[in-house]
Amino acid sequence: MPTAHVLLPLLLLVACKPPPDERHHMPQADAARGKAAIERVGCASCHAIPGVRWPQGTIGPSLDGFAERALIAGRLPNRPDVLAAFVRDAPSLAPGTNMPAMPLNEEESRDVAAYLYTLGDR
Amino acid sequence: MSPPISTRSAIADALAGWPPPVFDPAGPYAGSITTLAWVLLVMSVVVLGVVLVALWLALFGSKRQRARVGGTKAVWTGGIIFPVIVLTLLLVYGLSLTRSLTAPIRGDEMRVRITGEMWWWRVAYLDGEGRATMVDANELHIPTGRPVVLELESSDVIHSFWVPRLSGKLDMIPGRRNLMRIQADRPGVFGGQCAEYCGGPHALMGFVVVAHRPQDFAAMMAARRTRTVALSPQAARGAQLFADAGCAACHRIAGTPANGLAGPDLTHVGSRRSLGAGILPNNRGTMIGWIGDSQAIKPGNRMPRYTVLPGEDLQALAAYLEARK
Repeated sequence: MPTAHVLLPLLLLVACKPPPDERHHMPQADAARGKAAIERVGCASCHAIPGVRWPQGTIGPSLDGFAERALIAGRLPNRPDVLAAFVRDAPSLAPGTNMPAMPLNEEESRDVAAYLYTLGDR
Repeated sequence: MSPPISTRSAIADALAGWPPPVFDPAGPYAGSITTLAWVLLVMSVVVLGVVLVALWLALFGSKRQRARVGGTKAVWTGGIIFPVIVLTLLLVYGLSLTRSLTAPIRGDEMRVRITGEMWWWRVAYLDGEGRATMVDANELHIPTGRPVVLELESSDVIHSFWVPRLSGKLDMIPGRRNLMRIQADRPGVFGGQCAEYCGGPHALMGFVVVAHRPQDFAAMMAARRTRTVALSPQAARGAQLFADAGCAACHRIAGTPANGLAGPDLTHVGSRRSLGAGILPNNRGTMIGWIGDSQAIKPGNRMPRYTVLPGEDLQALAAYLEARK
């Protein structure tokens, strides 16, 4: 089968791109707990977030594909430590942003960041 | 000490969890209903067992057994006498068990009028004469250990008031006033949900009951009456925007010119445990999301989208409303 000759090497190439949560290494953070925190504080009242069925707010940007983005809020590097700090207290990192500080503790904000890094290309 | 703030929506508190809220009463009125539900369940399982045994005998029993099951005597006892006795006993037992639900109002109970609206709840705390002493929305505070009489009304269509852990369901019917008693035996936050389809976002019409120890309840209500609101510069700008953007056409904030009656009273919105009638946690972020585009969150609700407002205006409005404790 000629298709198999083409497809098999291609299949191997898939493994070259690490899954999102490996590129953004976050030890001890838990994406499942992060999703629960997202639902508890209501992030989705402003953001459409894949995996959160309701609500899907429109005031903030959609977070689909967040792991692939270069910048947070269009100005900060998309790194785990920055994101964890940003979801908890956005105004201190990006003065003038419309995203307010959210009632998350340090651990929860790392979990939230871990969940956002599961939102890759599909 | 106030009860912990619920971490889930009121609707989740009302319907989900283990044990299921309907089987986990937190006061005497819900308790008698739960007891009755268990009695009915056990009775019907027993009767089902008897019927299945009779069916098995009729199908597979010996000739003599089949004759007995099909005989006139069996039909009279099993088909008429037994059900009449069992159902009569159940009726008497059920009515006596739930008599407290319909007992006449003594007159010294705390009274609250709750009016169903599409798709939220208007709450008015009443004095002995039935005059409103404080107005709120979507959240009810009660003291523990004493019955509270709810006067249930509707201003548009039929709704049904249901806080499963505190009482049964009772319809809110336009032009009628239905009385219901609730009581919580311990402090806590109890979720409720409209239980009669009332159009559009009916499923997103939740309610929160917060039970406080009596001394905490008295202190909280007194603090609400005497509280003065100190506004930050951002919140003060929000107050101006609240007037300029026309929010006051639908919303009332006691002590300010805002006197609209179409939407929920916002005098104490900053202290509420939820937004949008029991559906969102109440924080700065959800407040901004709700004001900016509540239609994305609760499609069909009567508050328009305010996407004309720039972000800093939304923030100022949220800061102002947050200060209204």
